[in-house]
Amino acid sequence: MEKFTLNINDQKITIECAPDTPLLWALRDQLRLTGTKYGCGIAVCGSCTVHLDGTAIRSCSIPISAINDKAITTIEGVGKDRLHPVQKAWIAENVPQCGFCQSGQIMSAIALLEQNGNPSDADIEQAMSGNICRCGTYIRIRSAIKNAAKNNV
Amino acid sequence: MKPNPSNNKLFKVSRRDFVKIGALGSTGLFLGVPLGCKQDKNAFLTGREDAVFAPNVYITILGTGEVQLIAHRSEMGTGIRTSLPLVMADEMEADWTKVKIIQAVGDVKYGDQNTDGSYSVRMFYQPLRVAGATVKLMLMQAAAQEWQVDISECSAVNHEIVHSSGKSLGYGYLAEKAGALPIPEENEITLKDSKDFKFISKETVIYDLEDIVTGKAVYGLDVQIPDLKVAVIKRNPEAGAGIKSFNSDMATAIEGVSKVYKMESTAFPMGYNAPLGGIVVVANNTWTALKALDTVEVVWDKGINASYDSNAFMQQMQRSVQKEGQVKRQQGSATKALKEATKVIESDFLVPHLAHSPMETPCAVARCNADGTCEIWAPVQSPQWVRQAIAEALGIEESEVTINVTLLGSAFGRKSKPDFVVEAALISKEMNTPIKLLWTREDDIQHDFYHSNCAQHIKVGIDKNNKVTSWVHRTAFPSISGTANADAKGPSSDELCMGVLDMPFEIDNISCESLDAKAQIRIGWLRSVHNINHAFAIGSIVDQVAQAREMDPIDNMMDLLGSDRKIDFTALMEGFNNYNVKLEDYPYDTHRLKQVIQLVKEKSGWGKSLPEGKGMGFAAHRSFLTYVACVVEVEVDDNNNIKIPMVHFAIDCGVPVNPDRIRAQFEGGAAFGASLALKSEINVKNGAVIEDNFNNYLVARITDAPINTAVHFVENEEKPTGVGEPPVPPFIPALCNAIFMATGKRITRLPIKL
Ligand code: FES
Ligand code: FES
Repeated sequence: MEKFTLNINDQKITIECAPDTPLLWALRDQLRLTGTKYGCGIAVCGSCTVHLDGTAIRSCSIPISAINDKAITTIEGVGKDRLHPVQKAWIAENVPQCGFCQSGQIMSAIALLEQNGNPSDADIEQAMSGNICRCGTYIRIRSAIKNAAKNNV
Repeated sequence: MKPNPSNNKLFKVSRRDFVKIGALGSTGLFLGVPLGCKQDKNAFLTGREDAVFAPNVYITILGTGEVQLIAHRSEMGTGIRTSLPLVMADEMEADWTKVKIIQAVGDVKYGDQNTDGSYSVRMFYQPLRVAGATVKLMLMQAAAQEWQVDISECSAVNHEIVHSSGKSLGYGYLAEKAGALPIPEENEITLKDSKDFKFISKETVIYDLEDIVTGKAVYGLDVQIPDLKVAVIKRNPEAGAGIKSFNSDMATAIEGVSKVYKMESTAFPMGYNAPLGGIVVVANNTWTALKALDTVEVVWDKGINASYDSNAFMQQMQRSVQKEGQVKRQQGSATKALKEATKVIESDFLVPHLAHSPMETPCAVARCNADGTCEIWAPVQSPQWVRQAIAEALGIEESEVTINVTLLGSAFGRKSKPDFVVEAALISKEMNTPIKLLWTREDDIQHDFYHSNCAQHIKVGIDKNNKVTSWVHRTAFPSISGTANADAKGPSSDELCMGVLDMPFEIDNISCESLDAKAQIRIGWLRSVHNINHAFAIGSIVDQVAQAREMDPIDNMMDLLGSDRKIDFTALMEGFNNYNVKLEDYPYDTHRLKQVIQLVKEKSGWGKSLPEGKGMGFAAHRSFLTYVACVVEVEVDDNNNIKIPMVHFAIDCGVPVNPDRIRAQFEGGAAFGASLALKSEINVKNGAVIEDNFNNYLVARITDAPINTAVHFVENEEKPTGVGEPPVPPFIPALCNAIFMATGKRITRLPIKL
């Protein structure tokens, strides 16, 4: 067990856990931030996507000891005060079915739009191909991203 | 429109069933405080805050005006948690913004809760309309009494009862008074005319939408109760086989590990409730549990399926369908007609085992209490079944078990089986502490209830006049019942009614046959079930027949369907099953199938000329009482990469209750179909599943799924039928036929490998 001070959703929080604990399980078990989901544990499904200094990463596959003071943003952080435009676009398109994958999808989409305000279909496919949705909401994910881009996220 | 009382067993209430008035104040007495005494402008909207009007198990109106509607079916992505409450809200003229949806615990008082088989809307549409209309009538009666006017002068408008003079009273205000009235007989109830629907057939977003996009929605693993410990299990790679020995020294030495122990295995066929058994690790948190589990060394025993090899099994099934099987439906003499045919089109079709792999793996929170009761929080499709299974496993009464249903991170049939919840309950009992059980993705993919692998052979004879004169369809697959019953040798007739025996073509000589195949791994129902296999084969061979007859595939299909008729399958064979409902109530109407085909033809631009490398394919299939026709457009590049730019569905599901969610089911159904057609395959060797995560059990991603899907509705007033499963079956052959047009290659085996 070791102590780690994390910078999560603009808050500094200290937790105690094994250094090899994946960020995902620290978020879920210790910090009770359960919006970030477990889907595969091996970085192939995207359910656990969060931002590390603004970049989308798979939290299941990064140990807590590798994070240092980098800023972590989770789904709970992006719409803290009011809904993020990407969340609004998701609502406008009624994207979710079961909803389980959607935190990860939204986190990947926000990271994409922050880097590329006007993504092409190919850009969207590339940025989103790491996120599985078993309900198959891909069509609406694509159009929600395009709408959010149009509304200048 | 008067409801048909015989449809409505749930609401057999008599005048004697007076409603309980909630006198919930501290004295517990009814105080007779004058209603609406608050002197603000809302004076006549709300009543006593503690008033409760609950005339049936589904609807409660509070004095505050809040309407609580029970969602008794499980939400796994279909929108059912929204759609059924909408039906009640519409009939009762409720204001949707004042509705709170409450998820029901598992209890028979809610009627059937098994969210499976695409029948939630079909089964509950009418009863819930009656429930809503009953409440509306009682509120109108209460207002009429209060005003001392005839009820005919009152009407319900957006959460208020309005008098013809213009005065009005809110539902909250009326709750207490309505609660004192006897419940009307069903023949006093009038349902709304469909043209007056406010929510039904309109677009309403799902209730949980904002919670989902903000990460607040609660799924199984998100449940938090005090003193929870996390459990994970290492299971024998061969389902049902036991453990010879194990060493847990390293695991128990890890800080935070509470216990490592052996849970007994249940030998195959173990059914759907029994845990597979294995080595259980219980720890303070998930990571510790997973790490500790990894260090446990186990020597597995062998069971009766230790030599199961799915590849060899497939070859054996394929050989078997070359010869005549058990004839389950016969008309004329297919053998004779085939001899006389001038052309015979025949092909084998193979479909592998498939895993459900719902996005959220199976998981459950269980708390066995000191008083012997047990409480569960879990993503389950069938809470009543789980309740029974837990009671049985723990040796307690069902009344001592509470099942709280969380949101389901998709399910596709996996979460209707109680096994994983029983595991959690047994561990909680053993440990004497609340337990959260996690199935890893590896557990999920390697220990599923798999879709039946299947081999088929279809033979079609065409005579010298280019008429189709014979149809022979043989299918071999392990039965779902083989998971529970060692005597189940092969397909049951219920299973054959999913695509084989309900074949609708007007052909003189027909032989539908099944061949035995024994389950050697847990088999279960996966979204669309055996329709996946059979629609793939039929939809594909029919395209070959069109080619042989030099006909347009849609013209060929129309010709095969023949005259407009309601097919009396019960006269054609023994034991026909129409998705568990009477054929008279939900006939197989070829006219309705032809209508969706005609519609998809018009909307899809069928027949337009396409550049090289592109193709359009068609298929149509009725399943779960819903008629679907599908046209898929495909693009295949020089490297054989397959893109699906457009899919058109035309559907007849009766009255579309929540059209946006129906469209969503079809968009998702096409993506699910794309997984099965292009990607997914479970292989078993030496009794163990080879694939173990999404890196080798492949599913459709944004790059594989259709880019656009259009859904076209046939408008009618027919009874609503299911939409969760019907999209998948016709999509797959339509895709295969499109690939044939683009490349000249016939697909006879899934997943597609070009
Ligand atoms: S859980 Fe991290 S990518 Fe799947
Ligand atoms: S919405 Fe269900 S997995 Fe994506």
